[in-house]
Amino acid sequence: MSAHDISLTVNGEAVREAVEPRRTLVDFLREDLGLTGSHVGCEHGVCGACTVRVDGAVVRGCLVLAVQCDGARVETIEGVSDSGAIADLQNAFEKRNALQCGYCTPGMLLAAEELLAAGGTPGREKIREHISGNYCRCTGYEAIVDAIEAVVQARGGRK
Amino acid sequence: MKIADDLPSALTALDRPNSYIGRSVPRPNLARLMQGRGQYVSDLALARMAHVAFARSPHAHARIKKIDAAAAKKTPGVIAVVTGPELAKVITPWVGVLSHLKGIKSAPQHAIAIDRACWQGEAVCAVVAKSRAEAEDAIDLLDIDYEELPVVTDAETALDAKTLVIHPELGDNLTFERKHEAGEVDKAFKEADAVVEATFVFGRHTGVTNEPRAIVAYWNEGEQRLTVYQGTQAPHMMQNLFAKHLSLAEHQVRVVTKDVGGSFGIKVHTYADEMATVALSKLLKRPVKFVADRLESFITDIHARDHRVKAKIGVKKDGTITAFEIDDLTGIGPYSVYPRTSGIEANQVVNLVGGPYKCPNYRALARVVFQNKNVMCQYRAVGHPIATAVTEGLVELAAAKIGIDPLEMRRKNLIPDDGYPCAGASGIKFEKLSHHAALEKLVKMMGYEKLRAEQAELRKKKIYRGLGFASFIEVTNPSAAFYGVGGAKISAQDGATLRLDAQGALIVHSGVTEQGQGTEAVLAQVAASAFGIAIERVRVVTGDTDNTPYGGGTWASRAAGIGGEAAWQAGKALRQNVLAVAASILQSEPKALDIRNGLVVDADTGRERITLDEVARVAYFRPDTLPPGFQAELVATRHYVPRAWPFAFTNGIQASYLEVDIDTGFVKLLRHWCVEDCGTVINPQLVDEQIRGGIVQGIGAALYEHCIYDERGQLLNGNMADYLVPMAGEMPDMEIGHVVSPTADSELGAKGAGEAGTAGAPAVVMNAINDALRPLGAKIITEMPATPGVVLKALGRV
Ligand code: FES
Ligand code: FES
Repeated sequence: MSAHDISLTVNGEAVREAVEPRRTLVDFLREDLGLTGSHVGCEHGVCGACTVRVDGAVVRGCLVLAVQCDGARVETIEGVSDSGAIADLQNAFEKRNALQCGYCTPGMLLAAEELLAAGGTPGREKIREHISGNYCRCTGYEAIVDAIEAVVQARGGRK
Repeated sequence: MKIADDLPSALTALDRPNSYIGRSVPRPNLARLMQGRGQYVSDLALARMAHVAFARSPHAHARIKKIDAAAAKKTPGVIAVVTGPELAKVITPWVGVLSHLKGIKSAPQHAIAIDRACWQGEAVCAVVAKSRAEAEDAIDLLDIDYEELPVVTDAETALDAKTLVIHPELGDNLTFERKHEAGEVDKAFKEADAVVEATFVFGRHTGVTNEPRAIVAYWNEGEQRLTVYQGTQAPHMMQNLFAKHLSLAEHQVRVVTKDVGGSFGIKVHTYADEMATVALSKLLKRPVKFVADRLESFITDIHARDHRVKAKIGVKKDGTITAFEIDDLTGIGPYSVYPRTSGIEANQVVNLVGGPYKCPNYRALARVVFQNKNVMCQYRAVGHPIATAVTEGLVELAAAKIGIDPLEMRRKNLIPDDGYPCAGASGIKFEKLSHHAALEKLVKMMGYEKLRAEQAELRKKKIYRGLGFASFIEVTNPSAAFYGVGGAKISAQDGATLRLDAQGALIVHSGVTEQGQGTEAVLAQVAASAFGIAIERVRVVTGDTDNTPYGGGTWASRAAGIGGEAAWQAGKALRQNVLAVAASILQSEPKALDIRNGLVVDADTGRERITLDEVARVAYFRPDTLPPGFQAELVATRHYVPRAWPFAFTNGIQASYLEVDIDTGFVKLLRHWCVEDCGTVINPQLVDEQIRGGIVQGIGAALYEHCIYDERGQLLNGNMADYLVPMAGEMPDMEIGHVVSPTADSELGAKGAGEAGTAGAPAVVMNAINDALRPLGAKIITEMPATPGVVLKALGRV
C-alpha cells in the first residue's frame, strides 16, 4: 500500500510522517509517534478510549484516518498533561479515585474537559450524559461524576 | 465531591502510631495513568518484535480439511504461517481438570486447533508478520477448507442420548456433576405452608475489559530464557504453565505484568492464542506480540454464567424457611478452561445457595455440560450472582406469597449475629458474619419506611417503582482448599519482601498484583504502618516473577487479605531488624526503641534518637563501625496463608430502588445501596470503589449484557455496538456502608471486598423489578438480562 506524506502538529510539535491511507489516527499516534496514552478499546467508535483533540474538537481517534489530519493540530493526553491545562481535573480524579485500571482515563479526561471548557455549571445528570460515550468497566462511573462535579464547582462556570 | 476523609478511622483495632490503616490515602500510581504514561502490554514495543494474528473458525464445529497458505506466505511483511500441527511440536496440549472436583473431565486443548474447531472463534492458523495489519492481510489470503459438523448448542439437550458427543473419547457431554443433600428436605417441604418454585435463567455475558487481552513473548535463544509481558492477574501461575507446556524449567521463564487495563477474572485463565504467541516466539526466536481486537475478545475471552436453575423454597406462615432445593445446569463450551476448570462456578452455586440463612434442609444438583460455544469460566464473583439471585429471588417470592415484608422474612431467617462460628447447609464454614447488623444499617441508610410510602403514593399516579433486596455471602481469602488441593499449581500463600534502601526508604516486593483495584496503595499503607514510615517513602514492586516473592496474584478477593497480611508481617520483621542495627549504633536495647514516622525513637518517650537514613548509611557504608560479629539485615521476607478457615466469608446486603416504564419496558435505576462487612477496612475509599464498580458490573448482567448465540453456535452480537454494557447515563449513585468483623486468622483482620458488588447487584435489580410490577399482576421475571422485551412479556404486552 502506498504511503502518503502528512504534516501536522502534535502537542505543539511539528511532525512529518509517511502513513498508509488505512492508518487510523490513534494507531498513528500510538505506533508511529509512540504516544501510547491514547488507547484502543473497540476500534469501532463506541468506547471512547481513543479520544483525542483535532483542531480543538474532541474526536474518536479510531474513526479518523491519519491522512485526514494533514495540516491539523492534534492534542493528546500527554500534551494536555504537560501543559497543565487539566491539572485541576487530574487532581480531582486522583483525590476521588476516579480511575482504577486507568485505561479509560485519558479519554474520560478529554471528554470531561470538553464539557468543562464549554462553561456553565452542569449538574450530575448533564455530566453523566456528556461522558456516556466513554466506557469504563472499573469504576461504575460515580467517582468520575463526583470528580468532574467538583471541578465544575471549583471553576465556577469560567470558560 | 464525596472525597473520603484522610483521617484514621475507627475501622481498625490495630494500634500503631501514625497508622495508615483505615485511611483513604490516594493510590501512588495514578498520576502516571492520568498522564497517559501507563505501561500496558498493548503499548509495548520491543526490537525485532513481530505481530501475530489468527485465522479463526467461522463455524461452531468443523473439521479442518486443508489449509493452503501459499498466497498468504507471499504477502509483504509475512514472517511465518503456522498451523496447529506445526505448533504442537513446540507446545503440549492441556486438560482443564482438578482432582478435588470429583469426576470432572475434559479433552486435550491445543494452542491452535489440530484438525477440528469446536467453537466459532477457535484459532486454526497463525500468521506472524512485521505488523498486525500485514498479518491480517495475509489471513485474508489463507485458503481454509472446512467441513461443517453438527453442533451442540442447547445445554438442555446436551446430555440427551441422540445429541452428538463433542469429544467421543469422553463418552458423553457431561463435564462435571455435583449432588448435595443436607437435613430432611422432603419432610421440610411437606411441613411448609407454602412452596414457591421458579426457574432462573442467567444469560451468557463476558468481561469486556477496556484493554483487551495482550501479550508480548520473547524467547531469547542466547539466554535460553522466555520473558513474557502479559496482562495477567497471576504471573507465577502463568510462569508455571508456560514452562510446563514449552518443556522449560520455571526459572527459564519470567512473567512481567505492569499496568493491566481491567481483568475481573478474564485475565486469570489460559488462552490458546496466548499460549500460541509464546510458542511462536520460541519457534521464531524473536519477540511476538498478540493483542486481541474487540471482535476477537467477544469470541475468545471467557464467557460467564449461562446457568439455568430450577429452584424451590418451602416456607411456614410465620416466614420460617423450611428448605431450599436447586437444579443447576450450565453450558461451558467445548473445553473446561485450564487450569481452574469450568466446574468451579457450578460448584460455587451449590456451596452458596441458602448461605445467609439458618435453614438446614438443602438439596442441590449441578450439572456442567459441553457445547459448541465459546468457553465459559470464572469471572468476577464466580457463582455468587447466581446463588444470590436464586436464593434472594426465592426469599422475596416466598415473602410475597405469604404476605410478609421481605425484610421481616430475612430478620426471621438470617443466621443470628451471635451464632458464629457455624456451618451452612452446604457445608461451608463461617467464622463471623453480621447479616443482621448489616440489614439494620441498610434500613437506616436508605430510609426504608419513607421509600415504601413514596412507592405506594406513586403507584396511585401509575408510576411503578420497586424496591429489591439481597443478603449475600462472599468467598474471600481462599486457602489451598480452592485450587491447590486439586493439583493446580496456583499458590494460596503469598509473600512480601521489604528492604530498607540506602537512604532509609522502604521498598516492598509483593506477589499479589495490581489490576487497578489499588493493591499497591494497600500494600504501601500496610507496610508503612507496620514499619513506621511515611507512605511517601514507600515504593511497591509487583508483577514480576524475577523480582517478587512467589504468590498467587489477584483473584477471589485475596490481594488485601493475604498479600496485605504478608506485608504487615514483613513490616514488623524489618522493624525489628532495623531496631537491632539502631540499638547497636546507639548502644541501646532494641526493645527500648521504636520506629515512628520514619525516625528511630525512644519507645517510652518518643524522643528522636537516629534517622533511618543514618541507620542505612552505617549499615551499608560503615559496617566496620558496628560491633564485631554483628550483621545488619535490612531485608525481611514474610509469607502468609490462611490456615484456620478454608475461606474468609464476608457478608453484606444490597438494595435497589428503580422505576419501570410499563409502556416501553425500560428500567430506570434510581438509587442503590450496599452495606458489607469485609473485616478490617484498610482503605475505605478503595473498598467503596471496588464495591461500586462491582455493583455496576452486576447491573450490566441484570439489565443489558448478553452474548446471544443462534442455534448454529454463531455469536450474533459480538461487538460493542450490539453488546450493551453499562454506560454513565444509565447508572445510579450508590451509597456504601460497612460493618466490621475482622477475621481472627490474620493480625490485620482484612477480608476481601472485590466481588461483593457483583455478587448482590443482579439479585436486587431483579427483585426490585418484580416488586414494581407486582400490583400489575405481571408474571415474575427470573430471566437475565431483564431487557425491555422481557419486561413487556411479563406484563403481557407483547
Ligand atoms: S477505540 Fe475508538 S471508540 Fe473505542
Ligand atoms: S478505570 Fe478501568 S476502564 Fe475505567
